[in-house]
Amino acid sequence: MADATAATPATPDHALELRRVMKSFGPVVALRSGSLVLDRGSIHALIGENGAGKSTLVKIIAGLYRRDDGDFFLDGESVDFASTAQSKAAGIAVIYQEPTLFPDLSVTENIFMGRQPTGRLGRIDRAAMREEAMQIFQRLGVALDPDRVTEGLSIADQQIIEIAKAISLDARVLIMDEPTAALSGVEVERLFAVARSLRDEGRALLFISHRFDEVFALCDTVTVMRDGAYVHTTKLADTTVDDLVRQMVGRDVTELFPKLPSTPGDVVLEVEGLTRKGVFRDVSFSLRAGEIVGLAGLVGAGRSEVARAIFGVDPYEEGTVRLNGAMLPKGDVRRATARGLALVPEDRRKQGLVLDEGVSRNITLAIRSKLSRWGLLRSTDENRAAREWASRLEVKTAALDATTGTLSGGNQQKVVIGKWLATEPKVLIVDEPTRGIDVGTKSEVHRLLSELAQQGLAILMISSELPEVLGMADRVLVMREGRLTGEFARADATPEAVMYAATAEAGASL
Amino acid sequence: MTSTTVDERARTYRAHARPFWRRAVLTREAAIIGILLLVIFVSLATVRNFDSPLTVTYLLRDIAPILLIALPMTLIIITEEIDLSVASIVGLSSVTVGVLTQAGWPFELAGLAAIVVGVVAGAVNGFLVTVVGLPSLAVTIGTLALFRGIAVGLLGTEAVTEFPETWTDLAKANIPGTPLPLIMIPFAVLAIVFAVLLHLTPFGRSLYAIGLNKEAAQFSGIDVGRTKFVLFVMSGAVSGFAGVYFTLLYSNARGENAMGMELQVIAAVLLGGVSIFGGRGALHGVVAGVLLIGTLGSALRLAGVTSDIINVITGLLLVLSVVSASLLAWLQGRRAAAAGKRKNARSVASTASV
Amino acid sequence: MSTATPVRPGTSPAAKLVSHVATARESGIVLALVLIIVVATLNNPTFLFSSDGFRDLLLTPSLLLLVAVGQAIVIITRNVDLSVGSVVGLTAYLTGRLFIDVPGLPLVVVFIAGIVVGGILGFVNGALVAYAKVPALVITLGTMYIYRGINVAWAGSNRVNASDLPGSFRDLGTGQVLGIPLLTILAVVVLIAAAWYLRNLRSGRELYAIGSDPAAAHLYGLKVNRRIIGAFVTSGALAGLAGVLYAARYGTVASNAGFGWELQAIGAAVIGGVAISGGVGTVWGAAIGAYLLLTINRALPILGIDDFWQRAVVGALILGAIVLDRVLAVRQSRKLTAERETGR
Repeated sequence: MADATAATPATPDHALELRRVMKSFGPVVALRSGSLVLDRGSIHALIGENGAGKSTLVKIIAGLYRRDDGDFFLDGESVDFASTAQSKAAGIAVIYQEPTLFPDLSVTENIFMGRQPTGRLGRIDRAAMREEAMQIFQRLGVALDPDRVTEGLSIADQQIIEIAKAISLDARVLIMDEPTAALSGVEVERLFAVARSLRDEGRALLFISHRFDEVFALCDTVTVMRDGAYVHTTKLADTTVDDLVRQMVGRDVTELFPKLPSTPGDVVLEVEGLTRKGVFRDVSFSLRAGEIVGLAGLVGAGRSEVARAIFGVDPYEEGTVRLNGAMLPKGDVRRATARGLALVPEDRRKQGLVLDEGVSRNITLAIRSKLSRWGLLRSTDENRAAREWASRLEVKTAALDATTGTLSGGNQQKVVIGKWLATEPKVLIVDEPTRGIDVGTKSEVHRLLSELAQQGLAILMISSELPEVLGMADRVLVMREGRLTGEFARADATPEAVMYAATAEAGASL
Repeated sequence: MTSTTVDERARTYRAHARPFWRRAVLTREAAIIGILLLVIFVSLATVRNFDSPLTVTYLLRDIAPILLIALPMTLIIITEEIDLSVASIVGLSSVTVGVLTQAGWPFELAGLAAIVVGVVAGAVNGFLVTVVGLPSLAVTIGTLALFRGIAVGLLGTEAVTEFPETWTDLAKANIPGTPLPLIMIPFAVLAIVFAVLLHLTPFGRSLYAIGLNKEAAQFSGIDVGRTKFVLFVMSGAVSGFAGVYFTLLYSNARGENAMGMELQVIAAVLLGGVSIFGGRGALHGVVAGVLLIGTLGSALRLAGVTSDIINVITGLLLVLSVVSASLLAWLQGRRAAAAGKRKNARSVASTASV
Repeated sequence: MSTATPVRPGTSPAAKLVSHVATARESGIVLALVLIIVVATLNNPTFLFSSDGFRDLLLTPSLLLLVAVGQAIVIITRNVDLSVGSVVGLTAYLTGRLFIDVPGLPLVVVFIAGIVVGGILGFVNGALVAYAKVPALVITLGTMYIYRGINVAWAGSNRVNASDLPGSFRDLGTGQVLGIPLLTILAVVVLIAAAWYLRNLRSGRELYAIGSDPAAAHLYGLKVNRRIIGAFVTSGALAGLAGVLYAARYGTVASNAGFGWELQAIGAAVIGGVAISGGVGTVWGAAIGAYLLLTINRALPILGIDDFWQRAVVGALILGAIVLDRVLAVRQSRKLTAERETGR
């Protein structure tokens, strides 16, 4: 595969080509130099850590964003999409992880909205529309009632509808952005069969994922991105997972994790039989003071849901949670926090921070009552607490009232961590603690977690990055499709064993 | 990369990024206060009789209900909800006072009962919004009709006009030696309470968090449902109190009392810098907003302008204040994007090749 | 490639579930309407069985029907239009003034003027909502008072009297065809046209899409701004038509014409199954809702309830309808999820 960064003019052989594309949002640089080449009749993988710039690249291709600089060619012709409608008209379709459909409208209407076949007087020809939808479903080999509303459909079925949309648009380029996150094994197989048939029809497919087994099973070529820039492209037959991980991360894996030794103490958290229909089933484990327990699994396995249920944000139906021996009532975040439980959530922008408020307000949000004297809260007290944690975590900010929306991802994550450390927890759950963070801050966070464990904090670390889990954890728990499928001591936690428990696929190529 | 980069970045953080004067002056609240002062000066200069002490008295007496109700309304809008039923609660409270007084109740009890009616009405709103989970817009459109309907239904075309003189005199009296009406005292007390609540307590912090990011607020242990319920009850209680005052001021309890007042309250709150999208606003701006609308109305009335024109102007102010807020946000977004482009260009120029 | 047996359209449990709920809703309100008429007629046979009674039953709600159809279209896009009552008042007075100030003006011109003025007033709302991205609630709250204020200022203490209007115009308001009032026929024609548009034209379906998920609508590349403006223009135009017909029907136009109609229109739409959150509902439902609402109002005095309680009834019905919708929506969502999970 030719190195796409060589200064050659675009050739019409490529269905899609991007060269040195740049994009920023205010002070945040999302894409420094994005490059990509897609050929017809192929399935190309795009991998990189969160924050590597993959989704920005995809959004530029989709017409959601306009690139600030760089080249964008479609079938050899230079294009510049000002809207998603334009990219659609040019034959580009994107299937997102969370499909955006119209829940109140039927499957058929969702596929054809805005382009319904019409007859006399512009009247929509419902029969023709339905017929076409049925034909597409037959081609895809799926059974869906075209007349039902899309509300309530599984994510897998919603994705099929998105693909049906793409086919009805005769899309030449199909981009699938982390499509398998919420799918069961059977549904993944169905999706792959569909993808292969689309490839055989001569379309160009882009598959974004961080599940290496799927990448190796489905795709023929792969492009790696890191820190907003293109790194490398190669045939999957010519590479290994280790190679790819090294390119994604930029260094040898082991160097990142300064794990300090610690001796586990008493049991502080006991979860027993936690169940929520359709989300997780019969989850039981315990946490000791001073240990870091990793919770591994694929995205969509139910780990974040379990964490949120334990913390009290989400409900659960059966099971118990014991904190320091005493039962923790469900659904009461305030009580959980007061008793020493803290959760650094998965989505720091939507769940962890109030982006329009300053660093100080964010750090002190969970301890606002503790900081108040006689019911009153003064900003001097807030600032004092905020200073303490911001400096301890080395948060880089212009001032304490700088809105957290302006901070970099790494600093934002530090603010969230600081916010929860300020509550002086005994058990800390961190959900994807280093997602979308620059490498330097990543190792700071890891060092911090190690230190905290050494000081006696019990830490449950949910992470989809296997190297992180293997490097940091004293014990590794694995979840798959809502159930705990494995528990390993540090010594026994090999990548193969963990991946097997996470995917139940023998011979996973790690 | 694991070595901590020690640089001159101060471990001591500044509390504020911008100097005090910029923070205090370049705000919507300051703008409204400025416009208010401007309107006052212009009115003093051009409108006859505006400078008489009676003007102040009548103005404050008339807008006192709006001043009062604007306080809890501010908190509600900050949490991204709305209460359109406040005027109907005023009417219902007024009718309650009238009916009970007519039935022979001592006025103190009748007044108290009216406030309780307001509390119950607020609780109905709060229940439908937080427990049933309905959008406050829809709920308060319904209760606007329901409460007003009950008020009108109870009295029909009648009006109760007999109230104990001690109380009606109290409502019309001034603070001795000043042109300020007595009602300003309870208002001042409530204003201070609400200001402290909003700006100086953990509860107030939680309101801004709810308005800006409800999910993050929940993750931080804030009970969003209970908080909003309390706000609607407060709104109902204050509206009930305003209804009692209104009745005494005009010696008149009618089902149609305070019809349309919700427009003025909401217009004043939004004019005062509170964002309709939640999470932003302060009480001093709101008070200035109410005074602005009141002063404008008073000056125009003295200049002979009819009340319908005044309504037109209030409506225009409402529309202008929200449109200007949107415009400002759009302009700020463009400036940030342009700044980002410049920064990206600079950083690309400095890094030779990738 | 694996093939799965295709599903016959409309036969899946999910499809049946949703259509069942929808038809239950609409038949429910029709049933309620029939019930009210029956009960009221039992109390006082002239309610239905007199030439006046039957005519009024059909005639009175037809003006509200027009406004409710327009309101339904706006609500379907997840917005609301509080200014329609003021638009009705303004165009009703405009109609009177046109006849008074420009004698001999053809009826058609007056109709067009009313509709166009209504459309322009609606355009102001739509443009502000679409481009300034301000919630429709606030915008139309403001324009409600602006338009009404202009109306009152313009009219002053003047009124338009029946004698000011040409006979041919007034005949429109009272005329009948085969016993059915002309205005009712006109309203039903508009209703059928609106229903046809919403069901059969692309732009009509896009209104539902925008209300169902505005973010997805943008992603799909739909011309969201254009549709929203179109919805408000339609609402304004229909209110304008209602204003012209108001003058024809009542003859007397004071500056409080149409007062409170926005609330009744929203009530009619909501009762008729148009979800306040958008994306769901039909103008048929809004029409039945309009009839139900006003028939209840007329039935109240016959049932011994003071008609001062009318507004309370409207409020109670609105609250009842949105609570019912919420309960139904939660149940439907739960059932659809359960149905999906059992298959796994």
